[in-house]
Amino acid sequence: MASPRYTTPMTTRRDLLAFAATSLAAPAFAATPLPLTSAFPQKRAMLRLRSTPPLLETPFETFREGVFTPNDRFFVRWHYPFPTDVNPRAHRLRITGAVKRPLALSLADLARLPRVQIAAVNQCAGNGRALFAPRVPGAQWGNGAMGNALWEGVRLRDVLDLAGVTGKAVAVRASGLDQPATEAPDFAKSLAIDHARDGEVMLAWAMNGEALPLLNGFPLRLVVPGWYSTYWVKMLDHLEVLDRPDDGYWMAKAYLGPVGDAADVAPGTSDFPKAPVGPMRPRAFITNVAAGARLPARPLLPLSGIAMGGDTGLRGVELSGDGGASWQPAQLGPDLGRYGFRRWQGAVPVRAGATNLMARANNANGLVQPLQQNWNPSGYTRWGVEPVPVEII
Amino acid sequence: MRWLAALILLTAATPVPRAAISVSLPDEDGVFSDLPGAPADAMNENCLGCHSAAMVTRQPRLTEKQWADTVAKMRTVYKAPIDPAADAAIIKWVTTAQAD
Repeated sequence: MASPRYTTPMTTRRDLLAFAATSLAAPAFAATPLPLTSAFPQKRAMLRLRSTPPLLETPFETFREGVFTPNDRFFVRWHYPFPTDVNPRAHRLRITGAVKRPLALSLADLARLPRVQIAAVNQCAGNGRALFAPRVPGAQWGNGAMGNALWEGVRLRDVLDLAGVTGKAVAVRASGLDQPATEAPDFAKSLAIDHARDGEVMLAWAMNGEALPLLNGFPLRLVVPGWYSTYWVKMLDHLEVLDRPDDGYWMAKAYLGPVGDAADVAPGTSDFPKAPVGPMRPRAFITNVAAGARLPARPLLPLSGIAMGGDTGLRGVELSGDGGASWQPAQLGPDLGRYGFRRWQGAVPVRAGATNLMARANNANGLVQPLQQNWNPSGYTRWGVEPVPVEII
Repeated sequence: MRWLAALILLTAATPVPRAAISVSLPDEDGVFSDLPGAPADAMNENCLGCHSAAMVTRQPRLTEKQWADTVAKMRTVYKAPIDPAADAAIIKWVTTAQAD
């Protein structure tokens, strides 16, 4: 789609080969840690998984303080090329399909609707894929493909009501300005109509009190609280109300995981019932002790970190200093919204020697993080307890 | 308090953005380099049109069949114009590279 409103750079093979003459070659196969880069616009140092289209991970130490992830450290994930010049005053959101009044709304039009804000974790379905054992192909994220922000905008329900959804509506398909360089399927994701109209799904133009960084979807993105970020369509410019289930590639073929909360199949298995990834699970992370740390012996080792409930509120976090043999409750920090991070703190008894520190979250639906990690061939929805191996000296 | 779980209507809100943004994106991954017995030409000509080099070089060790399946997926699903005559050289490069 050529449009005077946006500029999408297309890198040609010739460009890349010309570039080769002036640049270092890529390492053959990289077992080294991900490189840090500060070369991306509106971002401080990020872990670079891939330069084009960008895959940038939040360095984990970012999560040591606070509950909100700074915009300039928020992770970045694009499937396809996207515009690098965006004029928000010229941006239009088209609403088409099973509606009484097809519309093309400006941001100023949206701004006349009731404003809402929500704290919510945006987490890639593949967060932690690089930690799968056995390893699986795909974007090799550590656990930094997640972030929590205060999202601001308007309800999707209110936007749909402007267009008047007909009685035939089954789903709402969202797509943005990103476009494949080939005839690959356009990136589009759908929500069931009742989900789209639940009053929580929103269209956001601000995160943490500022406009979205371009790499995070400027000028407008979908926010689907409690669901993986594959649904949080960036640079949103089209909502299509469908009168049938979405059979497009990105719903019917991609982002499919095992049916059920566990999302766990025997390694090597590929034939199992699958469904689109959707709701997130509870997860807790220790942020004050790094893996491999050597810590002086003391009666009680202080631990602190963050946790999320997933698609419902966090209920509790338990801590273990002996690899899961015994557990004690952590104290939870302020609740800024059921879909956001909460901080927690506590202390565990430890004995000299090697041990695994653990934090285990559970949510209001009674879902408890498993001690053994789940596995599936696409590396989706990792949610087991993340042990932090340390040595007490 | 459950009230926090719900969306909160704002009194003081961040206005919709009005200023245009124009950025430039770096390409920091570079190109594939020749390896002993595995020239990188087929990689550089067929595997950089849709993504930069690290998408390949950051993958875990995969079997020859997994790599062949990946090339096939790029061609059939993502419509990458990969010359079928290049498949052998692509598989040779990635399997050589990950043997290091």
